[in-house]
Amino acid sequence: MTETGAAVLSARRADDDDLALLLLIRHFELALLDLFGRGELNGTTHTCLGQEYVPVALRRLLTGADHVFGNHRGHGHYLARFDDPAGLLAEIMGREGAVCGGVGGSQHILRDRYVSTGVQGESLPVAAGVALHLKRTEPGALACVFIGDGTWGEGAVYEALNLVSLWRLPLLVIVENNGIAQSTPTTRQMAGTVRARAEAFGVRHHGVETSDLATIRDELAPLVAAVRAGEGPLVVEFATHRIGPHSKGDDTRDPETVRRARDNDWYRLYGEADPERFERADQAQRARVDAIVREVSARPPSRWRP
Amino acid sequence: MRVGENLNAALHGLLESDPSAYVIGEDILDPYGGAFKITKGLSTRFPDRVLGTPISESGITGLAAGLALCGDAAVVEIMFGDFVALAFDQIVNFAAKSVTMYGSRLPIRMVVRCPTGGGRGYGPTHSQSLQKHFVGVPGLSVYEMSPLHDNRAVFDAMLASGGPCVFFEDKILYTRRMNDVGDLFRHDVLPGAEDVARVFLEDPEAADCVIIAPGGMVDRVVTAMRSLLLEQEVTCCLLVPSRLYPFDAEPLLPVLRGARAVLVAEEGTAGGTWGSEVAHRIHRLMWNDLRRPVALVNSADSVIPTAAHLERAVLVQDSTIHDAVLEALRD
Ligand SMILES: Cc1ncc(C[n+]2csc(CCOP(=O)(O)OP(=O)(O)O)c2C)c(N)n1
Ligand SMILES: [Mg+2]
Repeated sequence: MTETGAAVLSARRADDDDLALLLLIRHFELALLDLFGRGELNGTTHTCLGQEYVPVALRRLLTGADHVFGNHRGHGHYLARFDDPAGLLAEIMGREGAVCGGVGGSQHILRDRYVSTGVQGESLPVAAGVALHLKRTEPGALACVFIGDGTWGEGAVYEALNLVSLWRLPLLVIVENNGIAQSTPTTRQMAGTVRARAEAFGVRHHGVETSDLATIRDELAPLVAAVRAGEGPLVVEFATHRIGPHSKGDDTRDPETVRRARDNDWYRLYGEADPERFERADQAQRARVDAIVREVSARPPSRWRP
Repeated sequence: MRVGENLNAALHGLLESDPSAYVIGEDILDPYGGAFKITKGLSTRFPDRVLGTPISESGITGLAAGLALCGDAAVVEIMFGDFVALAFDQIVNFAAKSVTMYGSRLPIRMVVRCPTGGGRGYGPTHSQSLQKHFVGVPGLSVYEMSPLHDNRAVFDAMLASGGPCVFFEDKILYTRRMNDVGDLFRHDVLPGAEDVARVFLEDPEAADCVIIAPGGMVDRVVTAMRSLLLEQEVTCCLLVPSRLYPFDAEPLLPVLRGARAVLVAEEGTAGGTWGSEVAHRIHRLMWNDLRRPVALVNSADSVIPTAAHLERAVLVQDSTIHDAVLEALRD
C-alpha cells in the first residue's frame, strides 16, 4: 500500500482552510498523546495520526443534511464536521463544555447529525436505517459511515451491505484501510478484498490511493452525487497509514513497517510541497491547540446526573 | 504473583496439559499478547492452538463451540467483555442449548473469557459488568475471576463441568496481587464449598455482617471491612464464590445464621442482578432466621460514564459498601 512513483511526487494541494484543518487535527492528536504521557488523561484514546486527510477530503463532499457516523478513531471525523476542538477535548478530559457531558468520552459522541460509538461494526446497520429515513424524508441527503479494515470481520457489516444494496439506500461507506487492526495486519484478518466483498453485494467500490485532497474530491464528486441521486450505496476504500500507536504506547509493529507508514504521511508530503505556507500554518495550529489545552485543562469537571 | 500472571500461567498450563485445548481471540498473538497481555507467550509456545482472529466475536465463539462439539477444549478471549453481547446467540442458543437439547447429554468444553468492569475510564461500551445477562440460562455456568482462587483450578473446574462457561475477569484485578486481603484479615476456603473463599477477622461465624461478593469486588469489600472495623467496630465476613451461577446457598448457611445482616455486593448496574438471585435463594432457605432481607449493593442504574469523576459516582465504591453495611445493621 505504499504510494509509489508519480503519486508520491505529485504535489499535495490544499487551500488555507483545508491545511488549517489538517494541521488542527494533527496537533490535537499529538496533544492527546502528550497529555496521556504526562498522566493527565484518564481512560484511552485512538488517534488518527496519518489519516487526518480522509475526513478533511470528504467534508466538502458532504452537506449539513448528511448524517456522519464516526468510529473509535473519530477525532478527525468530528473536527472535520465541527470546528470545536475545545468541546471535543473537554469531552475527552471530562471538563465543563464537553460535547456529551463527559459521559461518552473519545469514542461515544452525538451532536446534531454526527454520532459515534465504540463497538466495531455496530454503526453500519444503524446507518442503513438512517439512510432509509433520509431516502423517504430528505431525498438527496445521505448517511456516511467511517469504518476500518478490521471492522470488516463483523457480520453486521454484511447484513447492512445486503440491505442497502437491495433497497438502494443512500449510504456512503468510507473504509480507512490502514493495513492494520490494533496489532493484526490486514493480511492476517481479511481473506479476499474489500472491493470484492462490496461487489459481491452489487455495491459500487472506489479505491483512493492518494492523500491529495483535490484529486480525491475530483474522483469522488460524481460517485457521491450518484449516491444522492438514488443510484445505491458506495464503498470508498482509502489506502491509508496509521503512523501512531493503536491507542497509546501499544505499537508492536516492526520499525520498518512504521517507517514506511511515516514515509506516506501527508504531513511530510504537504510540507514538502509548499514549505513556507505549511510552516506558518503548522505554527498557527500548534499554538491554537496549545492554547486550547491550557484553557480546557483549567476548566472545572463536567456535570451530569445518571 | 499478580492475578493477571496467575491467569496467564493457568492458560499456559492448560495448553501444556491438554493437547486438545485451544485459545482463540483478537490480537492475542505475541508480541502483543492481548489487549490486557493475558495471553503473553502462548502463541510462541503453542502456535497451532493459539489463534489470533479477525474482529468476529460471534464467529469465533461459534468456532469454539464447534471445537467443543468435536471434544476439544476451547477458550475464547472477548477483548472487552461488553462485546460478548455479539456472541450471545452462540453462547445461549447454541453452546448452552446443545448440552441437553438433543435428548442426551453432550459435553461442551468451552470457556468464554470476558475482561469486565469499569474504573479505567474506557467509557460506556468498554466498562460494563454483564454477568446478570447470563444468569439463569439452562446449561450455562457463570464464573468470575478472583484474587483468592487459583485460575488453573478454576479453569479445570469449568472445563470439567461439561457445559459452556462464561468467565468474567474484573480488569482491575489483573495488576493486583493474588491472595492479598491486607494485614487485618485472614482467608480460607469455606468448609463444604470448595469454590467459595472466605475472608474474616477471627471467627467467621461470629461476624456482625456477611457480605457475599464475586472476585472483582474483593478489594473494595476488604477496604470497607477495614474501615468498618477500625471506625465502627463492626466485623464482617466476606464470601467469594468462584461460580456465580448455578449458585448453591446451602453451604453458606452456617456462616449466614450467625450474622445480623447479609449483603450481596456486585459491580453490575441495578435491576435484574445476580445479587437478587442470590438473595432469593437465601430467603427461601432461611427467611425465618433472617433479621431483615438480604441487602443488595450494586452500581447505579446507569450507563458507565467515561470521565473519572462521573464514573466514580455510578460504580460501587468501598464507601458504598461501608454505608450499606451500616444501614443494614441499623435497628
Ligand atoms: C466489537 C468490537 N470488537 C473489538 C473491539 C476492539 N477494537 C477496537 S478498535 C479495534 C481494531 C479496529 O481495526 P480497524 O477496523 O482496522 O480500525 P483502525 O483501528 O485500524 O482504525 C479493535 C479490535 C471493538 N471496539 N469492538
Ligand atoms: Mg485498520
